[in-house]
Amino acid sequence: MSGSLAKMMRSDAGKGLTLVSPTLIYALLLLAAPLASIVLLSFWTQLATVAGQAQFDRTLQLSNYREALTDPLYRALMLRSLRISGMVMLVTVVLAFPVAYFISFHVRPDRKSLWLFLITIPFWTSYLIRVFLWRVILAYDGPVNSGLLALGVIDEPLGWILYNANSVVITLAHAYAPFAILPIFVALEKIDRSLLEAARDLGESKAMTFLRVTLPLAMPGVLAAVLIVFIPTIGDYVTPQLVGGSGGTMIANNIHAQIFALNDRPMGATLAVLAMLIVAMVLLWGIARARFWLWLMDRAGGGFAGIGLALAVAVAEITVIRVAFSQGPALIGAGASVIALLLVATALSAFILWRLPKGRWGI
Amino acid sequence: MRLNLLAIFAAVYLLVLYAPIVLLPLFAFNDGTVIAFPLRGFTTQWFAALLDTPALHQATFNSLVIAVSTAIFATILGLFAARAATRYGFPAKAGIIGFIMLPLVLPEVIVAISLLIVLMQLGLNSGTWSIIAGHTLICTPFAIAILQGSFANMDRSLEEAAVDLGETAWSTFRLITLPLVSPGIIASLLICFTISLDEFIIAFFLSGNEPTLPVYLWGQLRFPARLPVVMALGTILVILSVLLLVVAETFRRRGLKRAGLKDTGGFL
Repeated sequence: MSGSLAKMMRSDAGKGLTLVSPTLIYALLLLAAPLASIVLLSFWTQLATVAGQAQFDRTLQLSNYREALTDPLYRALMLRSLRISGMVMLVTVVLAFPVAYFISFHVRPDRKSLWLFLITIPFWTSYLIRVFLWRVILAYDGPVNSGLLALGVIDEPLGWILYNANSVVITLAHAYAPFAILPIFVALEKIDRSLLEAARDLGESKAMTFLRVTLPLAMPGVLAAVLIVFIPTIGDYVTPQLVGGSGGTMIANNIHAQIFALNDRPMGATLAVLAMLIVAMVLLWGIARARFWLWLMDRAGGGFAGIGLALAVAVAEITVIRVAFSQGPALIGAGASVIALLLVATALSAFILWRLPKGRWGI
Repeated sequence: MRLNLLAIFAAVYLLVLYAPIVLLPLFAFNDGTVIAFPLRGFTTQWFAALLDTPALHQATFNSLVIAVSTAIFATILGLFAARAATRYGFPAKAGIIGFIMLPLVLPEVIVAISLLIVLMQLGLNSGTWSIIAGHTLICTPFAIAILQGSFANMDRSLEEAAVDLGETAWSTFRLITLPLVSPGIIASLLICFTISLDEFIIAFFLSGNEPTLPVYLWGQLRFPARLPVVMALGTILVILSVLLLVVAETFRRRGLKRAGLKDTGGFL
């Protein structure tokens, strides 16, 4: 027995596992165990605080989840967080793509790393101060308003650009810009340039070459950008707190309030677990639907007919979801409707991902 | 024409990216207590005020202790994982490495709240050590990403030659591997140091009554009168991070040159 163990230790697999084990054990102790414990805590309930010591009801129950899913306050908070993160993701990726394309296709190869370096520098400088400066930039008497006033574009300072969801979107989109550019750039760099030449030689126009060759091949990078922007932004605390005002608070602010101000740790844990679950489901939904819509588009022969069909299906499903979300609570109760909606949508996503293979778009 | 439009867009994009950082020194040297335009005049009083703020010095000291410890721990853990990932195949490799890299995409608030709750449930007092533990967790993936590049670029026949010439596994690692990846190690140390120095959420949740520099800064943002001083401090921090990054980038490029490779992009 010890002989075979020693043999295993000398094998490649054994050496690799031994070598990775310190890092793995660290991650298990400081990531897996704490995550497991907030999941456990989310099923407890807070009783009272006696002499600064929190008391819990340790029987496992779903009351926190029920409250989080039915209380309109939490529902609004969750929806707003998703909406803000979704907007940030959209703005960041759409603005980042041309820049990544420019660096990959039009910058001299020996200058590329300088460009990337310039783009990453702002990301490494004090996050708090960058966010705070947006408060200055977007302020009532800030440079944006005074600039637009001086140019005669507006007659009075814009009130809607600070202390609401808009300013949170602007600030987060700025903060996460390099995160979106880098994966898209990497995907673009991997594209074999001879494919583009071949498409041009075969008579495709420049625009069609881009749409039919470059864009599909860049999609994995776009997907990575979407993930790397959407997931962390939904848990951002600083930006909503500094520039969000009361209409721009997000889930992380509420988690912090639950734990520190309200001293309700189980509720804080519940919100954290729910946020992770909902983000995972929304991403699954997005990836599955993107694959499905692109498949539909190609099946209808591409072109305007394909785009039209894909758009129609997309709009139809989103309408159904919106109706279910707004009418559901009245029909079958707030908690039940959310759970039913999430389950059906996720089951559909899983089904699409299972049945539909990755297409030429690489999603 | 298309190229020009793209180039203009990229230039404007860079300009907007740098807008907040450019404003910072303007307000830091501005002779007025309100952070707004128009600027009033030149002064260095806000920098002078930094010198006689003991709380700031204590926070800076805490941050430096945390950042140095984090850089060392994360780089060591990163060395183990990066070496295992580039040199060996082992069962569940993608899953294990993926799990270790998870903090890269996990919202920091999740890491922060789960660590805090564990500490609270265990009845432990959070403080400097717990921030180091949390920062090591989130910095390790960055260390791995950088070091994996160094290990992958290394010519393995050099190690094999050393073993053939009679060196042991450990002395080969010490004499051949380590010097070859040392630029990567230095880059990793610097990047982890920078991340830890700037990290706010985990420090905010776990600091207890020993604030780090960002936590101290956060507290100051509530007092309008303190803002010019914050701007001065921010200017110093920005200059410091840029310097650190330039040094890290130089080491990374030197490593690439040593491995005889062409430069293809930055870290991350």
